[in-house]
Amino acid sequence: MCPKTLYDKIWDAHVVHEDEDGTSLLYIDRHLVHEVTSPQAFEGLRMAGRTVRAPDKTIAVPDHNVPTTDGRDNPDQMPEDSRIQVAALDTNAKEFGIHYYPVSDVRQGIVHIVGPEQGWTLPGMTVVCGDSHTATHGAFGALAHGIGTSEVEHVLATQTLIQKKSKNMKVEITGQLAPGVTAKDITLSVIGATGTAGGTGYVIEYCGEAIRSLSMEGRMTVCNMAIEGGARAGLIAPDETTFDYVKGRPHAPKGAQWEAALAWWKTLYSDDDAHWDKVVTIRGEDIAPVVTWGTSPEDVLPITAEVPAPESFAGGKVEAAKRALAYMGLEPGQKLSDIEIDTVFIGSCTNGRIEDLRAAAQILKGKKVKDGMRAMVVPGSGLVRAQAEEEGLADVFREAGFEWRLAGCSMCLAMNPDQLSEGERCASTSNRNFEGRQGYKGRTHLVSPAMAAAAAVTGKLTDVRDLM
Amino acid sequence: MEKFETLTGIAAPMPLVNIDTDMIIPKKFLKTIKRSGLGVNLFDEMRYDRQGNEIPDFVLNQPQYRDAEILVAGDNFGCGSSREHAPWALKDFGIKSVISTSFADIFYNNCFKNGILPIVLPQEAVDVLMKDAEKGSNARMTVDLEAQTVTSSDGDTFAFEIDPFKKHCLMNGLDDIGLSLEKAPAIDAFEAQASQARPWV
Repeated sequence: MCPKTLYDKIWDAHVVHEDEDGTSLLYIDRHLVHEVTSPQAFEGLRMAGRTVRAPDKTIAVPDHNVPTTDGRDNPDQMPEDSRIQVAALDTNAKEFGIHYYPVSDVRQGIVHIVGPEQGWTLPGMTVVCGDSHTATHGAFGALAHGIGTSEVEHVLATQTLIQKKSKNMKVEITGQLAPGVTAKDITLSVIGATGTAGGTGYVIEYCGEAIRSLSMEGRMTVCNMAIEGGARAGLIAPDETTFDYVKGRPHAPKGAQWEAALAWWKTLYSDDDAHWDKVVTIRGEDIAPVVTWGTSPEDVLPITAEVPAPESFAGGKVEAAKRALAYMGLEPGQKLSDIEIDTVFIGSCTNGRIEDLRAAAQILKGKKVKDGMRAMVVPGSGLVRAQAEEEGLADVFREAGFEWRLAGCSMCLAMNPDQLSEGERCASTSNRNFEGRQGYKGRTHLVSPAMAAAAAVTGKLTDVRDLM
Repeated sequence: MEKFETLTGIAAPMPLVNIDTDMIIPKKFLKTIKRSGLGVNLFDEMRYDRQGNEIPDFVLNQPQYRDAEILVAGDNFGCGSSREHAPWALKDFGIKSVISTSFADIFYNNCFKNGILPIVLPQEAVDVLMKDAEKGSNARMTVDLEAQTVTSSDGDTFAFEIDPFKKHCLMNGLDDIGLSLEKAPAIDAFEAQASQARPWV
């Protein structure tokens, strides 16, 4: 038999129909839905008199707009347009009979955190959502990617997507990570090496010893940002770490079905002789704690480096770097560790899981947020929040001077009231440092949770290894 | 969906690389529950100051580009968020085709669902077309989808590749959902087989 990659195997198991030119109808096992990219899709169904084909495989949760402050069950806390969007999801979820976690439910949170937490995401599945960070679910060895609203409507109506197969790319991280280096540093370093268009046209499989050593939380962080590298999806082959995480989750298979599922899941790996269209190898030992200096996730450097000169780039990147430095208010040659910050944001589908909060709390224990700074933690789900309270992490954050918030996307994209003001500089555990992403003219430096905590203590971008 | 066959129109130059969907349509405009009306906010934070006044330097505010129907843009156009509001805003403004050296995957797909043709060309070709677009409104480019060519105002013609199925749907204004629903028997059969093979799904 022809050797296959993990991507090939999942793809082949989901082809409903294939045309001669390779255009395929791919079956979708899980469809996750949030309030921002779905109202027009449900409206489209209504207008055409169509229904949701598989409501049992469709899971909705409001996350982008929701406030993260107390008393948010009261819809008056939201501006009118946000309230309308969340209300539309409430109505659509009821009318079409899909699974729903409303704001009042303790299980509510960021859709990409809720899916895995509830066992909706399982190895070997196809998972889509009208959200680019759907790549997160690839950590389970599920083929998962973001789609637009028209495709959301397509999946609602047909439980399929029209797809052409992507190429296979292998990203191997060998060896072990040094102390203070995390999954976030891996995924940012890969983007720094390949560029934000380096993965365009590919599905990436992350492998190697450093990836194997990661927890599921860390693997989700890595796959989450496959999209920032331009890839359609990121994948990690499932193993015992995966199976241990999945077992016992509310929607994971049980009993005989668990055994059957496990038997299939254990076949989900890339064969030794499988063909790769592109291979990138990075030594785990060479990865340092990194920060971004510009307005693209590819603008990554180790914290020990200096702000680069635009002239050190080539082509269109020279102008882009000039624009980025002007926007960020930085000068070439400035040490990254001298950059003073105003705000720290810990949260998002990239770094809003329990392990992320543990890593930040470990740095913060017994320390204080620097005077005059704003610092907030927004757990990725109500259950992450509850667990963090139980483990005493919430107390560590509060005592250090962090605001301890309710779950949602929050300042990652600032569609709710959590926003940067003009010129405000933020060390953020989120995924995008685009212009205006966290607020009009706000300045974002992407970092790991431990690095964010270190920055909160010193008031500057800081090498977390100095505080360990 | 509107059919796309040929287009002759003004092309606006946007040489910046990595133009992301947050730039194309900032998040505060994502709170709509409609598809229409976003054109006025296309590139909002580049196009208007905080008071809502036009920034004269921005390309689409310049008199010669106000009626642009084509964008010639730097590499990796449409990266970032999956928001289909980006092509909705482009479409509503009047942009029907975008030319670049590469597009982000989700944005690229979203364009086709809205009758917008994204065209990938090599750097040398994009450089020629960028120069042509910089001439202003007298320089009209022609996009011919049937022939798969872009022709500059000087008559330089560049051929582009496009997936045959996507071309077919765009040229005929076809609705994907309708096409896929015709395959309902195949979907039924797949579900029956999958529920045996992977009953836990």
